[in-house]
Amino acid sequence: MFELLGISSQALFGQLLIGLINGSFYALLSLGLAVIFGMLNIINFTHGAQYMLGAFTAYFLLQYAGLGYWWAIVLAPVVVGLSGIIVERLFLQWLYKLDHLYGLLLTFGLALIFEGTFRNFFGSSGLPYSVPSALQGGQNLGFMFLPNYRAWVVVFSLAVCLTTWFVIERTKLGSYLRAATENPTLVRAFGINVPRMITLTYGFGVALAALAGVMAAPVYNVSPQMGANLIIVVFAVVVIGGMGSIMGAILTGFGLGLIEGLTKVFFPEASNTVIFIIMAIVLLIRPAGLFGRGA
Amino acid sequence: MKRLITLAALAIVFGCGSAQAQYTDGIIKIGVMNDMSGTYSDLSGQGSVIAARMAVEDFGAAAKGMKVEIVGADHQNKPDVGSNVVRTWIDVDKVDVIVDVPTSSVALAVNEIVRDKNKVFLVSGAAASDLTGAKCTPNTIHWTYDTWALANGTGKAIVKTGGDTWFFLTADYAFGRALERDTAAVVEKNGGKVLGKVRHPFPGTDFSSFLLQAQASKAKIIGLANAGADTINSIKQASEFGITQGGQNLAALLAFITDVHALGLQTAQGLIMTEAWYWDLNDANREFAKKFAPQDKGVHPTMVHAGVYSAVTHYLKAVEALKSDADGKAVVAKMKEMPTDDKLFGKGVVRADGRKIHPMYLFEVKKPAESKAPWDYYKLRATIPADEAFRPLAEGGCPLVKS
Repeated sequence: MFELLGISSQALFGQLLIGLINGSFYALLSLGLAVIFGMLNIINFTHGAQYMLGAFTAYFLLQYAGLGYWWAIVLAPVVVGLSGIIVERLFLQWLYKLDHLYGLLLTFGLALIFEGTFRNFFGSSGLPYSVPSALQGGQNLGFMFLPNYRAWVVVFSLAVCLTTWFVIERTKLGSYLRAATENPTLVRAFGINVPRMITLTYGFGVALAALAGVMAAPVYNVSPQMGANLIIVVFAVVVIGGMGSIMGAILTGFGLGLIEGLTKVFFPEASNTVIFIIMAIVLLIRPAGLFGRGA
Repeated sequence: MKRLITLAALAIVFGCGSAQAQYTDGIIKIGVMNDMSGTYSDLSGQGSVIAARMAVEDFGAAAKGMKVEIVGADHQNKPDVGSNVVRTWIDVDKVDVIVDVPTSSVALAVNEIVRDKNKVFLVSGAAASDLTGAKCTPNTIHWTYDTWALANGTGKAIVKTGGDTWFFLTADYAFGRALERDTAAVVEKNGGKVLGKVRHPFPGTDFSSFLLQAQASKAKIIGLANAGADTINSIKQASEFGITQGGQNLAALLAFITDVHALGLQTAQGLIMTEAWYWDLNDANREFAKKFAPQDKGVHPTMVHAGVYSAVTHYLKAVEALKSDADGKAVVAKMKEMPTDDKLFGKGVVRADGRKIHPMYLFEVKKPAESKAPWDYYKLRATIPADEAFRPLAEGGCPLVKS
């Protein structure tokens, strides 16, 4: 086998695969953000907290209702999505006509409140949640040991991402949604209930965050800060991909996962910053992002 | 955004501080500063404030006519935030002693400020052995544990039972580097070899990439020179990637009982770790835990909490003997002169370099079947006697020792 800068191809393949796994979390989260920003023009800073809520809901379902992972993956997005709908009805719907900054501040404040409340009751070390029995163990790929659960994460999140893209870009429902953001008055004139559609879109975006949270629960610890650590990176991903671009969010999510994975091998100390360096460069060259339609 | 958070936090900190800033000469003011919201907040956090309060109550300060007040603050694991809090505490709020301060980078910053202002610094949460080494001051006492003691306990025990090749996974800041340095020294001294290391940003979330590098090194032992949530995630992900099943073993060089609680015994079983204190070691400790836990959401006290209790107790004794808390250096000198004795750590001494001396314990985490009650997690493997538990006085390079 060949070698690259002193690192064997085996190690390299392993690292690329891990990058892809992390990338699938980035993709799933940035997808939700992109959907919300594209349709509502809201920069949803609560996204990290909603991801955390998804993981906690999975934990509660197991602990208090005896419902395992497969139930959680269905129920948690629904529950957290509904909470998102309440947030939209109570707060966000008043902000659409104002500057982005108001939405950002409101959602940021909500995130702090959610995270603070959970920290108060559950502490910061987190709670254990184990991999579902059907996905325990792993495959020896020769160059690395791939846990079954991680393989599932990649496949499942890819499927969710592509389905979402398809629904929004290629179906009639999606065309209504896109039309409603372009010109809500005109779409309303055709007899379509635009505010309800927007509320449901927000609920869907939040449900995507919760889904990512359920998938993260067995891998990372279920802890109140799990979203806060991730959300800044995910925002960088969205900015690089281009605000509001669905495919852009998916592709950059996976792509940056790969780049981060490689940084962890060649220069581990910089693995936290590499995404932001890329963001700065992209903003200099293409201010609208790689896939953005431009202002 | 970060600045916004910092500003908001500072506003809160200052807000609380100034509300209680009615200093009169009769008040002994204790400032407990640590991580109250982040990765280290369970092992220190609010619990350390509770422990300090229990120490003041058990000391009977009120009955002795001493007026003691406790304030708390969050340093967010950032040296700049911690330095600002301590300066305000000392200059504006007249705080006399700073206690706890986990996160070695913050502790090292506070160490300098406290010396300049001639106050007292009692370290329980931070680990870097530099605090009693090259960076020692006449105003600082390092109470509970340090990186040398951890390395000496866990590192030596593992090398002696055959774990002679090591790969380090290190948190990339003062603490992680100190722990890696001290452990590597112990490993090599006992005939082992260090095959490599990787330094991860602090705090991290995904360690699988670093763990694969550790796996590729073929080292028998993967030494985790990190703490808190970083350690929890490293252990969890190592078991996920089949690293332990593949014959390599993990050494959690610094783990607390709150980490074991978060991992669950299923994942944590068999881990070997060095601690200064465990709640289930004897009756006095159990009684303390029984009083402590209900006040801290059921969390059982960690060695950091117990260390805060012990340190505050000894501080109050010294201040009582001196009848003054004005001169930090004099108080610390008195604390070094008087032997220590409290219900949690028993009898001990504070050495010239500021190192508090007591036995350390090597624990093994129980199997799920062996645990009979919640928080029943450790089996005692060995007691490291006080005279072997810490770095010999002459080897630290502390300038105070030569004179």
